Amino acid sequence: MNEETRENLIDMSVNLGGLKMQNPVAVASGTFGYGREYQDFIDISRIGAVIVKGTTLEERCGNPAPRIYETPAGMLNAIGLENPGIDVFLNVYLPSLIEDRVTVIANIAGNTVDEYALLSRKIDKHPGIAGIELNISCPNVKQGGMQFGTDPDLVKQVVEAVKSETSLPVIPKLSPNVTDIVSIARAARDGGADALSMINTLMGMAVDIDRRKPVLGNIFGGLSGPAIKPVALRMIYQVYKEVDLPILGGGGILNTRDALEFIMAGASAVSIGTGNFVNPVVAEEIALGLEKYVTEQGLTGINELVGAAVL
Amino acid sequence: MPLAEKGTVISNHQTGRDLWEMEFLAPGIAAESKPGQFVNVRLGDYSDPLLRRPLSLYDVEPDAGRITLLYKIVGRGTQLLSRYGSGQLIDVMGPLGLGFDLVQNRRVILIGGGVGIAPLLFLTRELVARHNEVIVLHGTGSSDELCSQGRFSKLGVEYKVATMDGSSGYKGLLTDMMKEALEPLPTDYIYTCGPEPMMSAVAAYASQHGISGQLSLEEHMACGVGACLGCARKLKETDTAYVKICKDGPVFPLDAVQLSTGGS
Ligand SMILES: Cc1cc2nc3c(=O)[nH]c(=O)nc-3n(C[C@H](O)[C@H](O)[C@H](O)COP(=O)(O)OP(=O)(O)OC[C@H]3O[C@@H](n4cnc5c(N)ncnc54)[C@H](O)[C@@H]3O)c2cc1C
Ligand SMILES: Cc1cc2nc3c(=O)[nH]c(=O)nc-3n(C[C@H](O)[C@H](O)[C@H](O)COP(=O)(O)O)c2cc1C
Ligand code: FES
Repeated sequence: MNEETRENLIDMSVNLGGLKMQNPVAVASGTFGYGREYQDFIDISRIGAVIVKGTTLEERCGNPAPRIYETPAGMLNAIGLENPGIDVFLNVYLPSLIEDRVTVIANIAGNTVDEYALLSRKIDKHPGIAGIELNISCPNVKQGGMQFGTDPDLVKQVVEAVKSETSLPVIPKLSPNVTDIVSIARAARDGGADALSMINTLMGMAVDIDRRKPVLGNIFGGLSGPAIKPVALRMIYQVYKEVDLPILGGGGILNTRDALEFIMAGASAVSIGTGNFVNPVVAEEIALGLEKYVTEQGLTGINELVGAAVL
Repeated sequence: MPLAEKGTVISNHQTGRDLWEMEFLAPGIAAESKPGQFVNVRLGDYSDPLLRRPLSLYDVEPDAGRITLLYKIVGRGTQLLSRYGSGQLIDVMGPLGLGFDLVQNRRVILIGGGVGIAPLLFLTRELVARHNEVIVLHGTGSSDELCSQGRFSKLGVEYKVATMDGSSGYKGLLTDMMKEALEPLPTDYIYTCGPEPMMSAVAAYASQHGISGQLSLEEHMACGVGACLGCARKLKETDTAYVKICKDGPVFPLDAVQLSTGGS
């Protein structure tokens, strides 16, 4: 078979629990705004999926400054879910993304199970969204601020509540700040999750020795970037072995090699967060890089590589 | 429209204590640039240091496609920047942010503290082109922290210096020199960039004398384009909303910002 005919047989699209992506590369929530911010640098319609900034029911103004801090091969952030609220997102930001044929994944965060349900109902009624990612690394107000994502029962409850409100693919985004990631993943599956997104940031902090104070206004922040890549890979590997759901994997991906590691560890698609700050066209570069790899290896699609390194 | 470009370094050399100037060719960015805007520079292909570094457009010559940066070595990123040699490629995003409003036919004063002089040279160039009478005041600790005086005098403007140790020009605080320099003639507009306590004194003076103007702020940045919401700051303590320094600024009206006075 010559190169050309083989290339025509290659299919880079992925189906993430019913969510169709033209290529396996998504940009991660909170790192790409509403897509518009990077429009001058990259053709956003060529990205596999744009996961927009985390959205809550009401507007939130976010955490006090400073909100970010660079750390070795990574960064801490404590943005505090600053966002204009779900209605503004749906009515103001979404229409132009739909017009540009961007595959949009909403990312929602609630204070209570009911809020997650209500957010999903609003999204479900609104055409143009391909799927819902659930940010469950948020404090549960009703249960004294404990994170939803650290308790299997709560994870199951949230996913069930959301599933009963929408027919869209539901993708809980797992927090790595847990002792047993597999039990959380199972709970999400039992609640009816269509796919899993992992991982969110690792909780961390930094100290300003001159001021003798925490650096971040919020004291703690989420660690992202290459520093967390080994942790993300390990967790994805564990979950891939034990839970039969497609995984959207990310954490520190900067290039095609990184993305391939995630796919071989069990991710069906990848998400790029901090990498966008470093290189605004990284999502497109990786999508092309993966296609090149698939071609060179004589494969028909990326699916053949998913979990290839799992023993 | 901002863009990402691989600039070609023309020169990169030390001009003072920890103070460097880098010239590079980036015609796309140069053509779009306005005074007060900045670029976000990636330091090689490293994953550590990871984030880009925001740096002001010190000078821009659009016809030549040339951009000059003035930077002070304060950490690993700026240290790495100083290692770039001529002919090397440098990964730059820009121009970013909103620049200064450019007045016309006025008497304007530009006040730079330390490396805060950086955005004021390109500004001078554009203000001179708009028939303003421009006076530049620059304050530093010592004479070896001053930038190249020739760059300002070439533009035909008055460039006055204050150093804390008196090694060059006025001995003492830039803001004290400012009062002396501003008193004799009415000033129409003030532009300033530098440490916040200095800008705070400038803003207080401006408000006392009913002079309007603009200042440039700094905040740690990740994306530089308004996507990460990391560079947030409340302009006034009583504000509920945060502005994004990279997108809503870095330039703001003098009277819009409650500045740190340095006292703790
Ligand atoms: C809009 C804008 C324009 C600037 N223009 C200039 C200029 O023309 N010349 C110049 O010398 N400096 C300028 N700065 C400051 C410059 O960005 C920092 O000195 C530089 O990022 C320090 O990097 P580093 O790795 O050497 O230091 P480190 O302290 O090791 O940096 C660690 C982290 O903190 C960030 N950081 C440290 N200091 C600052 C600061 N003052 N402002 C923002 N982020 C900071 C770095 O970007 C990095 O993410 C500007 C800052 C902003 C926001
Ligand atoms: C500045 C910033 C803001 C973020 N905001 C959100 C958010 O609103 N919702 C969310 O689920 N994850 C958020 N994240 C987490 C990222 O989506 C991503 O999961 C994480 O950063 C790990 O991937 P990375 O190492 O590629 O950045 C944010 C991350 C960063 C750096
Ligand atoms: S640096 Fe990302 S919003 Fe300003």
